[in-house]
Amino acid sequence: MKQMLSREPFALLAFSLVILTMPIWLAPLGANYPDLLQKFTIYAIFAMGFNILFGLTGYLSFGHAAFLGIGSYAAVWSFKLFTMNVLPALFFGVAFSGLFALLIGFISLRRSGIYFSILTLAFAQMCYNLAYSVLTPITNGETGLQLTLQDPRIIDRALAEPGKGLPSTELFGLSMSGYSGFYFCAVVLIVCFFISRRIFYSPFGLTLRGIKSNQSRMNYTGFNTRPYTLTAFVISGMFAGLAGSLLAVTDPLAGAERMQWTASGEVVLMTILGGVGTLIGPMLGAWIIKYFENIFSAFNPETLQSFFSFLPEGLRTVAVDVSSLFVGEGWHLTLGVLFMLIVIFLPGGVMEGWRRITRRFGGGSGTKPASSPNAAVQPAE
Amino acid sequence: MANSVLHVADVHKSFGGLQALSDVDLNVEEGTTHAIIGPNGAGKSTLLNVCVGRIKPDSGHVVFNGEVLDAHTPDEINQLGVSRVFQTPEIFPDLTLLDNVMIPAFAHRDGSFSLRPFSKLRHETTIRQEAEQVLSDVGLEALQTREAASLSRGDKRRLELAMCLIQRPKLLLLDEPTAGMARHDTNRTVDLLKTIKARGMTKVIIEHDMHVVFSLADKISVLAQGRIIASGTPDEIKGNPKVQEAYLGGAQ
Repeated sequence: MKQMLSREPFALLAFSLVILTMPIWLAPLGANYPDLLQKFTIYAIFAMGFNILFGLTGYLSFGHAAFLGIGSYAAVWSFKLFTMNVLPALFFGVAFSGLFALLIGFISLRRSGIYFSILTLAFAQMCYNLAYSVLTPITNGETGLQLTLQDPRIIDRALAEPGKGLPSTELFGLSMSGYSGFYFCAVVLIVCFFISRRIFYSPFGLTLRGIKSNQSRMNYTGFNTRPYTLTAFVISGMFAGLAGSLLAVTDPLAGAERMQWTASGEVVLMTILGGVGTLIGPMLGAWIIKYFENIFSAFNPETLQSFFSFLPEGLRTVAVDVSSLFVGEGWHLTLGVLFMLIVIFLPGGVMEGWRRITRRFGGGSGTKPASSPNAAVQPAE
Repeated sequence: MANSVLHVADVHKSFGGLQALSDVDLNVEEGTTHAIIGPNGAGKSTLLNVCVGRIKPDSGHVVFNGEVLDAHTPDEINQLGVSRVFQTPEIFPDLTLLDNVMIPAFAHRDGSFSLRPFSKLRHETTIRQEAEQVLSDVGLEALQTREAASLSRGDKRRLELAMCLIQRPKLLLLDEPTAGMARHDTNRTVDLLKTIKARGMTKVIIEHDMHVVFSLADKISVLAQGRIIASGTPDEIKGNPKVQEAYLGGAQ
């Protein structure tokens, strides 16, 4: 099984199967409605891209939400100016965020460690403030950028008479709301997984790992590390821009709050929760956080009452009172506790937990597929 | 007289009030092993740091194969063919031994930057075989899939040596390659270095172990207080009274 999954076609097939059947296997968890499923796939892309920079290269960016926001704005502008077709929107989202990543990365990557993090945070806050106030003509300030009836939409108008009311996003006539929106995001996620996997198992990925492990050794080994870190930064910025434009595809409006530093912090949490530097860990982290955000926050005392209905009256009141702290408005508390537990007991995140379980029960080794397992073992002399 | 591969000309370097290197002049000839010995704090490591571009000299030049190294960055100097083993092993602690050795091989083959993010690592069979070969040359073949951080200090040194050897450098700089090794491992390393010498690789070696120095070196330079006080064949150095006084006598 493990051997098979290390082959590319099988890995892709298994991954696609898991993603495309999400509406089925998430049903028992109550998370199979399109809106949440779209968020699962979109934030998985965001976290996967972030992991290329943080997990592989070891640079902790605290400003990746800026690229998410830039992707959203670019996509909505594409809807407003050109067409409601989503493909140009994705293109512009990725292109603009890539451009910004190139600029911000070029400056920030002059430093590493905490200084790099602070620089990216500063840039992201600058982007947020620009979007929120200074650039109001482009971003529509605190209201957020929305579609209007007066939008030029030149390509769509040239092809057909505009219908009544606001149009919705579409892919050659297929509306991008509900399940079709989810499946579109899912296909994009599968493509992103493929790209990310290729990077992981390429000499380029190995080089990035080397930079994370010992950058000065890389210099004395003959590598010019700056172009490598910049490439990783731009790739992860483009992933974020792609996620941002998908957010606009499923719901065509863009607001500045998407770029706030809390949003940048969230993707850091996702990555750490799932497993830094692993291929699918960040995606799992994104799912966990989005699940808590949407499901736990929807719990109210009534749902808890029915959940604890098997307890006698007095105990039930206590159980409901205590647990109600952790649901509804208090879902952040649950997330915080979970995050602390994972960081303390499972520093490698969910993926480390999984590895420990398989090692205990399967007796399998945790070696990386990149290394050859059939090395002849010989005595030292 | 053979070709000079590395020429250190009149190098001065001071840190604050400390004159670390003064008037250092050194000629390393092609295919030879040149040992630099001297008491602690004599400036031996500083000299190597100047050679790999870690430290810029205050005045003077380092010339490698006709190329002045002063204006080059460490990665460019490596690409010219200079590899270095550090005094404290500089390895990639959280990668496997095989990965540790494959990374320098990529630098050697593809240059300082090569962007092919989609090519597959598993198709790099030539480089993998080379890496396995070099690891078995240094005696670490049984540990290929181990994480480098788990190695003993001596093994880390051997790993770092393997990382340099896979690049087939024109000039190999070794900063105490046997420090922290048991006698048995030291002998192995000396044998390995003799084999490399047979291949014609030029080496500069800093070493405290006189047994190692005299069994490897073609030429020895003695550094004391930032100055070269003597240079010559091992026999000349052994008989030099100044050296006896400054180093051999004091240390043993």
